Amino acid sequence: MISFSSVSKRFPGGKEALHRLSFGVEDGELLFITGHSGAGKSTLLRLIAAIERPTSGTVLVNGQNVGALKRTAIPYLRRNLGMVFQDQKLLYDRSVYDNVMLPLAFSDHPPREAARRVRAALDKVGLLERERANPIQLSGGEQQRLAIARAVVNRPSILIADEPTANLDVDSAGHILEIFVAFNRVGVSVLLATHDLGLVERYGTRVLRLADGRLLDESGSA
Amino acid sequence: MRAWLRQHRLALAAAVRKWLAQRAAALLNALALGVALALPAGGYALLEGLHGLSTRSAIDPQLSVFMRTDVGPEAAQRLAARLRSDPRVHRVRLITRADALDSLRGTSGLADVVAALGSNPLPDTLVVSVAASGDGMLDQLAAELGKAPGVAQAQVDALWARRLAALERVGRLALLLVAGILAVGLVAIAFNTIRLQILTLREEIEVSKLIGATDAFIQRPFLYLGLLQGLSGAVIALVLVWAGLALLNTEIVGLARSYGSSFRLGYLSAGEGIALAVVAGGLGWFGAYMSVSKYLREIEPK
Repeated sequence: MISFSSVSKRFPGGKEALHRLSFGVEDGELLFITGHSGAGKSTLLRLIAAIERPTSGTVLVNGQNVGALKRTAIPYLRRNLGMVFQDQKLLYDRSVYDNVMLPLAFSDHPPREAARRVRAALDKVGLLERERANPIQLSGGEQQRLAIARAVVNRPSILIADEPTANLDVDSAGHILEIFVAFNRVGVSVLLATHDLGLVERYGTRVLRLADGRLLDESGSA
Repeated sequence: MRAWLRQHRLALAAAVRKWLAQRAAALLNALALGVALALPAGGYALLEGLHGLSTRSAIDPQLSVFMRTDVGPEAAQRLAARLRSDPRVHRVRLITRADALDSLRGTSGLADVVAALGSNPLPDTLVVSVAASGDGMLDQLAAELGKAPGVAQAQVDALWARRLAALERVGRLALLLVAGILAVGLVAIAFNTIRLQILTLREEIEVSKLIGATDAFIQRPFLYLGLLQGLSGAVIALVLVWAGLALLNTEIVGLARSYGSSFRLGYLSAGEGIALAVVAGGLGWFGAYMSVSKYLREIEPK
């Protein structure tokens, strides 16, 4: 489903964020990526969504060479990925409902079908009662759940989350992780970057450890 | 197809919302664009009016042929007869020097002057109406007649009309230059206002792009916004031009009447108004396109 082969990323200015990274992600897998901040977790996830392009090596997503995608093809790649960003990127000038509607606005769904999907996504993350609220009125955990609802409303086959539990208390963080696990259980591949090793160990799934842009080792079930 | 139409309808609705959201700024923008458009549009209307004037007086081009005073009246009669058989000539009127003196004597206040003259200083004159128009032919005929026996001078009477036409051509060129410069200005105004719009909506654009919006989808409402701005400018320009011409006409009608003419400046036709709107809307659209494309390139990751 996703495969990295010998991928390096060097930013202008000389800092090498990733160094000859190779790994694969199976269909329907739940994969944690851990490492201290600055280890390259975010860069790795951004390469998958073609937000960054690799300096060398190839990133394949569903058989497509993402690093070589044409500008005009990138939107269609992203519609098949659910992205939860580290800074969430919610829009505070509109309601919870309209935030989740955003990805459907440009993917040609009939209005009734779109409304149904938005409510279904909000229901899955437990925010259906808050659909008229403004995101600013939500707690940190609720905002994170809203970001997840927006990521899954297009029913992507891959869900990518960058530090979704950062700045949350243990209970909220646990709740967020449960949501991702639930999506994984119905067949969605989930890639989740976190520096919180305590959370990861609870699940006993495959873990990718990064340090200074290099793959340290893999542990877990795979 | 239905999805495509819906996308465009939504983009247009979003553009109208954005436009109405800042009434004051949108109105000032429309005024700026309107003034910029009114200059060439008004100039065009004025030139069209002058054009009517210069062609109207050239409809019946005339030549005045003055005979030398030392030849007899037969010379004028011979020339008149020759001209009447010339296919280029429509009508010839002979005014003998005696007739001319009589009519001068009839003019009030000049009788004494005429009496004071010992002899008649006026020449025999032929007033020649030319059949078909065409400046070249008129000049050629004048040159021919100037060399005819007994002729002192042949003069084209429509000279002032031709000068007006030449002036009009200069005006037209100047107008074209002004229109060109203002078109560039219009694109610049649209570019800048759309850029400001983009900056206030930066987050929405960035997020939309990250989660799979195509560039076309992001551009669409801004292109409609540019189009709306151009159109609103055109409407204001048409109102300004109409008001300006109406004001000028209140004076011109009186002036023309004193010359026994019913001349008045014409307003822009419906077709010309539509053409102005299309051009202004197109320029607004183009400015918006440049602006939003530039921004999308800027935020594109390297």
